[in-house]
Amino acid sequence: MYDVAVIGAGIIGCSISRVLSRYKVNAVLIEKEPDVADCTTKANSAIVHAGYDAKPGTLKAKFNALGNPMFDKLCEELDVPFKRIGSLVIAFNEEEMETLNKLYVQGTINGITGMEILDKEKVLEMEPNVSEEVMGALYAATCGVVGPWELAIAQAENAADNGVEILLNNEVRSIEKLDEGYRISTTERTIDARYVINCAGLHSDAINNMVAAESFRILPRRGEYNIFDKSVGGLVNTVVFPCPSKLGKGILVSPTVHGNLLIGPNAEDLYSKEAFETTSQGLESIWEGAEKSVPNLPRNAIITSFSGLRARGDRDDFIIEEAKDAKGFINVAGIESPGLTSAPAIAEYVIDMLKGIWTDMEENQDYNPRRRRMIRFNELDEEERRMLTEKDPRFGRVICRCETVTEGEIVDVIHRNVGATTVDGVKRRARPGSGRCQGGFCGPRVMEILARELNADIRNVVKDKKGSYVLTCPTKENREQENL
Amino acid sequence: MDKEYDIVVIGAGPAGLAAAIEARKNSVERILLVERAKELGGILPQCIHNGFGLHIFKEELTGPEYAERFINELVELDIEYKLDTMVLDIDGSKNVTMINTRDGIITVKAKAVILAMGCRERPRGALNIPGTRPSGIFTAGTAQRFVNIEGYMVGKKIVILGSGDIGMIMARRLTLEGAEVKAVLELLPYSGGLIRNKVQCLDDFGIPLLFNHTVTEIKGAERVEGIAYCQVDSNRKPIAETRKYIECDTLLLSVGLIPENELSKRADVKLDPVTGGPVVNESMETSVKGIFACGNVLHVHDLVDYVTEESRRAGRNAAQYVKGVGASDGTVIDVKGGSGVRYVVPQKVRVDNLEEKLELFMRVDDIYKEKKLIVKIDGEKVKSVHRKRLTPGEMEHIILDTNLVKGKESAFITVEVEKEGARI
Amino acid sequence: MKEKEIICIVCPIGCQMEVMEGKDTNGYVVTGNACPRGEKYGIKELTDPTRVLTTTIMLKKGKLKRLPVKTDIPIPKGKVLACMKELVSLEVEAPVKAGDILIKDISGTGANIISTRSI
Repeated sequence: MYDVAVIGAGIIGCSISRVLSRYKVNAVLIEKEPDVADCTTKANSAIVHAGYDAKPGTLKAKFNALGNPMFDKLCEELDVPFKRIGSLVIAFNEEEMETLNKLYVQGTINGITGMEILDKEKVLEMEPNVSEEVMGALYAATCGVVGPWELAIAQAENAADNGVEILLNNEVRSIEKLDEGYRISTTERTIDARYVINCAGLHSDAINNMVAAESFRILPRRGEYNIFDKSVGGLVNTVVFPCPSKLGKGILVSPTVHGNLLIGPNAEDLYSKEAFETTSQGLESIWEGAEKSVPNLPRNAIITSFSGLRARGDRDDFIIEEAKDAKGFINVAGIESPGLTSAPAIAEYVIDMLKGIWTDMEENQDYNPRRRRMIRFNELDEEERRMLTEKDPRFGRVICRCETVTEGEIVDVIHRNVGATTVDGVKRRARPGSGRCQGGFCGPRVMEILARELNADIRNVVKDKKGSYVLTCPTKENREQENL
Repeated sequence: MDKEYDIVVIGAGPAGLAAAIEARKNSVERILLVERAKELGGILPQCIHNGFGLHIFKEELTGPEYAERFINELVELDIEYKLDTMVLDIDGSKNVTMINTRDGIITVKAKAVILAMGCRERPRGALNIPGTRPSGIFTAGTAQRFVNIEGYMVGKKIVILGSGDIGMIMARRLTLEGAEVKAVLELLPYSGGLIRNKVQCLDDFGIPLLFNHTVTEIKGAERVEGIAYCQVDSNRKPIAETRKYIECDTLLLSVGLIPENELSKRADVKLDPVTGGPVVNESMETSVKGIFACGNVLHVHDLVDYVTEESRRAGRNAAQYVKGVGASDGTVIDVKGGSGVRYVVPQKVRVDNLEEKLELFMRVDDIYKEKKLIVKIDGEKVKSVHRKRLTPGEMEHIILDTNLVKGKESAFITVEVEKEGARI
Repeated sequence: MKEKEIICIVCPIGCQMEVMEGKDTNGYVVTGNACPRGEKYGIKELTDPTRVLTTTIMLKKGKLKRLPVKTDIPIPKGKVLACMKELVSLEVEAPVKAGDILIKDISGTGANIISTRSI
């Protein structure tokens, strides 16, 4: 019997698991995909919002305000890329200028500092590539960009370092109430736990409904994005938002924490929770939106597109509560934007909530908030590189040419706790294949290294999901079988 | 500084091999050839098909055979090379910093550098094809490596987007190995590759090549399950009503090659926005004195033989530079593509340095039939060559008698496709 | 009567030719070609189309698992798949030199399979 089972290893499940590991808790994190951070967490705007958007009094406003300042320490402890670069909400007419004032006031009520309304000259001085039509902007100094999947992976790793068990490839099929606690049946095994924390994102309503009466619904809202080559990463210096609308914060233009440029997302309400495809209309619409803010974006510098499904709840706010008819079963659902920003604060809040139910949680004296530092070859200076290659020659072999990622780094991310087992898993941790050639050169090499380090047949190395095989069979064997 | 060399050649594909060999034959002693792969030859070892060497060796060779002739010569000439070694940086003083597992990081000083890094393939992301992001999408060259070098098949039912040469060659190769290649789709109204490849790789096996078509959606949550495709209008926009679907497990992309010039940028070498490669003069020297460039890093070639010739010129001139011969600037003439000609290489010509003949390489921007390529100096026609057919997929080359430009104080050369009715 | 439309591959022009049996000097009439080489190719393509087959075979004890090979002379187009089939089971051991004959007279074509790489 586990003390706590956390269902879903996105940013919320991983954040909660790490905070749980501060206590003497026999905990398990259950995830249906072969990797953590493998759904909404890997496909979003990657912004740490300042916190002026959310309506005062909501959980969104509260956790945004609480979460944002936590990022410096969190990302330092876990060695996750994070840059506080500030944001601009730009206005093009008097009406929008009025909106900026409202946002400013709202931000003040939410307790946000570092805001300022800028005039046209100041905006263009800060962001010379923003449209000349701009009239003014709301500047927020505390806005930042982060590596969202890196943050989730790092927290899962740190949680595992501190004793939380991580079960990947385990899709929850049913949950039944026991006399004490719950029995969770997954596609692979049965797990008994006294308390359950449901962080299943898009599927958190289905998970709740397995054991409790329906009390909320998740309504997926798709957002599509384009990423540009690093050569144009400096087109803007801050996160540039248009004025918000009913559908959200609008299509932003932002540097990524890794120095690329990101545009998106649109917002499209869908019924399917599997609609992860981009569409030509969607991509067109983000172009239109982005070019309103920053005209003449260089189309030929696009390196990839992606889409993500926001797990929007039907209550217009985060849903964080113990199910009324299931004691010790806590739902953490509907965590759409500003979910990433709020995650660290939500995690603290949920554990406090758990402490209210399970009153004798004991601190884990051995808890170490830091994970082993990442090695990022392309961020080292020549002397550091020299020392590293002397210590381990595998750092002398560059596998990804676009991002300068070495074999040593790839081997490292495979063998860490919650290590990479797939090509995309390696990419999310060490970045080979994230550059302009998108894995054309390094893909086969990464597969070779994965097969070697995991002692697997290269044919069993997948891109991401279980069925995403890359190679079919050896040449020649094919023909023999089919008896051509 | 770890060591000094006369010439450091970066990249040991056909360009780097030929340049290094030619430099040695021009009695340069201290040459270092640096290659990031674990073997010499660049892309050639995986190009197991034939058709290489007709110009240089007057016989038809396969890629590995073509490479082996140069590799053998390199070894005979005792030219030093480093494999599995990545050049990280070149600075303005031609200090070349590289890394490998044996030496760690080393910086060598070179009198001259020859850039021969080749090119990379345009990936899916650059095309912004909508749809899911499953496995089973490969650039043609990556698939070629898996099949021919590693010995693994990449799929069973295959659609190819783009009629570049590697794509067509892979269509045949995968068919021979038992896969079903369902179609090759080409956005443009003409093939991006050589005619012989269309005939021998597609027509021979009954593989349809659909011009004016493109992939509009990729389907499949985990592995590719199929693609939707449409005919495109004259603006290359998909016509929604023509949408069709093909079930397949693999999409191969053969949609263009991009010269790999990240290092050139670090060395402040000026690039040509059209070719994506360095601007060079008649000696294949870039805007930085003593840094030369040749092969696909400069502009994408269709025949390796031309790469070899160009690289020999780079090797020869780098040798001259090291020895302090030639290299006087004098009058510099700009060479430009006129109407119908996308680019011309070299982009600059130093009149005093010209050998007897000046070779100009170029690509046209569309298909032309029964047209003349016209060379003008200062706007005056000096030469015209008739072509039954001009296509962007095939590089053109014109040899110019240097007497035509000698003695000119300032001048510019343009090459253009004759306009309707133009006669010379 | 044999008749075929053929795209010439002798040079990049790619002439669309029509080749048919007729009373010309060679017994064939070729139209659409721009040069005599095209005529020769057209007749050959109609009467006896041939191709050089390039592929790989299994390699043991080498640094790679596959060895590139080719037929040393062009073989009849219709024999290409038969040759591929015969090569499925062929396995050689390194070291091999480029040019080594691995199979003589493959599928009765008179062509030898030779290695195109030294491993």
